[in-house]
Amino acid sequence: MNNLIDLEKKINSELTTKINKSSIKHDQIYVEIDKEDLIDVVLFLKTNKDTKFRQLIDITVVDFPEETQRFKIVYLFLSHEFNHRMILSYFINENELISSLTSVFPSANWMEREVFDMYGVNFKDHPDLRRILTDYGFEGHPLRKDFPLTGHSEVRYSEEKKKVVSEPVKLEQNYRNFDYESPWEGTKYIKEISETNDKKN
Amino acid sequence: MTKKIKNLNLNFGPQHPAAHGVLRLILELDGEVVEKADPHIGLLHRGTEKLIENKTYMQAVPYFDRLDYVAPMNQEHAFALAIEKILNIDVPIRAQYIRVMFCEIGRILSHILNVTTQALDVGALTPSLWGFEERETLMTFYERASGSRLHANYFRAGGVHQDLPAGLEKDIAKFCETFPKIINDLENLLTDNRIFKQRNVDIGVVTKDDALDYSFSGVMIRGSGIPWDLRKSQPYDCYDQLEFKIPVGKNGDCYDRYLCRIEEMKESVSIIKQCLARMEKGPIKTFDGKISPPSKAEIKQSMEALIHHFKLFTEGYRVPKDEIYTAVEAPKGEFGVYLISDGSSKPYKCKIRAPGFSHLQSMDYLIKGHMLADVPAVLGSLDIVFGEVDR
Repeated sequence: MNNLIDLEKKINSELTTKINKSSIKHDQIYVEIDKEDLIDVVLFLKTNKDTKFRQLIDITVVDFPEETQRFKIVYLFLSHEFNHRMILSYFINENELISSLTSVFPSANWMEREVFDMYGVNFKDHPDLRRILTDYGFEGHPLRKDFPLTGHSEVRYSEEKKKVVSEPVKLEQNYRNFDYESPWEGTKYIKEISETNDKKN
Repeated sequence: MTKKIKNLNLNFGPQHPAAHGVLRLILELDGEVVEKADPHIGLLHRGTEKLIENKTYMQAVPYFDRLDYVAPMNQEHAFALAIEKILNIDVPIRAQYIRVMFCEIGRILSHILNVTTQALDVGALTPSLWGFEERETLMTFYERASGSRLHANYFRAGGVHQDLPAGLEKDIAKFCETFPKIINDLENLLTDNRIFKQRNVDIGVVTKDDALDYSFSGVMIRGSGIPWDLRKSQPYDCYDQLEFKIPVGKNGDCYDRYLCRIEEMKESVSIIKQCLARMEKGPIKTFDGKISPPSKAEIKQSMEALIHHFKLFTEGYRVPKDEIYTAVEAPKGEFGVYLISDGSSKPYKCKIRAPGFSHLQSMDYLIKGHMLADVPAVLGSLDIVFGEVDR
């Protein structure tokens, strides 16, 4: 499949009901699927001779706290053969279990661990689901939108106890989030290059 | 008589000179043979992605310098490209050449560091002393353009922050004449060196299939014989107008990766030369006043320009609602930014895809069955920098 439109058609005709939505923009193909179809769809994309998405680039999550289906799980794929990129996604509720891709792509291991660590999304049949980036014994999932930027606890060396202790964050000044957003929409035109202005100076 | 034997668990790092940063590697040893490696990362985790969500697009750029801190501008490039694609703005040609030139300088910076420290890990001290002298020269180029040696904060959506100072182009051209000799000197020390070859040939072999399965990119995939370089296959900025070759390895071992890096440095020098030759005077950032701030002279004269400048540096520019993944060929592999904008002046989500993360993940696969002494050699050839692995 040498161009994206053919690829989109191919995927839609082969996987018919499993594809909820597909679109092309920025030279990439965006596909939405259902949670249950993940493994089937990914296996097809990886092995089919017309798609050959042989590499999993990354797995990540987008948090929309106001929605009922809170998390959007995003998989990025790359096909070296046809030079295509695909962004595959689906939505889940907060406490839903999702299937792990480790059996298809070994590199999914750490990516899923990171997703678990940062967002608290749980994977079933993941071989080794531990925290990866945060500290040993860390609580909470930092990249969720309801996790404060300053965190919940801080560590310091305590002279009395002669060891590093973890305490609730105490800041001299709270984190200030200024709202600079202007209510005006502003002009739509792009300013012309003005040579005259520069010469005056 | 039966003797009970037990595998030895060895803690490598987090403070170990050959760990190239804060890596805690838990090794299970049977005698001197490594049975299992379990890297513990995150000791340098700073929450870059969370911080970026709370900053405007312009304020987020410096965080990219702090990822792979040996080639800072390459990271900024990915972020700038992502915003440019969403906003659909054109970058002036001079800015493109400047950006590409500095990215190639970054590539040389990173490869010198990697090649020489890898040599250091397997016992050769001299290359690093020679190499660091050149890095210092390159970092002064960074400093003259951006004001700082490492954390440049130089690229902007729509171009670069400011034009190159007088004389810099000439000095970079001079460097391009002298540097190939230094590469030759390094090669004389290492390429045919018996000890260096003994420590690297046939160590950490990656097959083509595994390179794909483990999400390798950059030198790690090219060393295994897959000719894949984003500068060629998905060209960004002015790479499609430049001529350069992509060195590819044969065996996928540490030695081939070393050779690839050496060849890439030579190609980088040629790209820098081409950029300098083609660069003409002209604008260095987009004229779209909604994205790039007005000139200092204008601010002194016009009230509107002053207000405009103030708004751009407090509120920042707004980016329409969109979702995009852009990747660049950073020295270590595919560095990508998955950006979700929501129409405000701050990114809703910015996932950073660091090449080192997936490379380090394969440590267990690479090192299984090797000797303990091969751990630093393999780790060295993976080209790990913890700034980007831990984010």
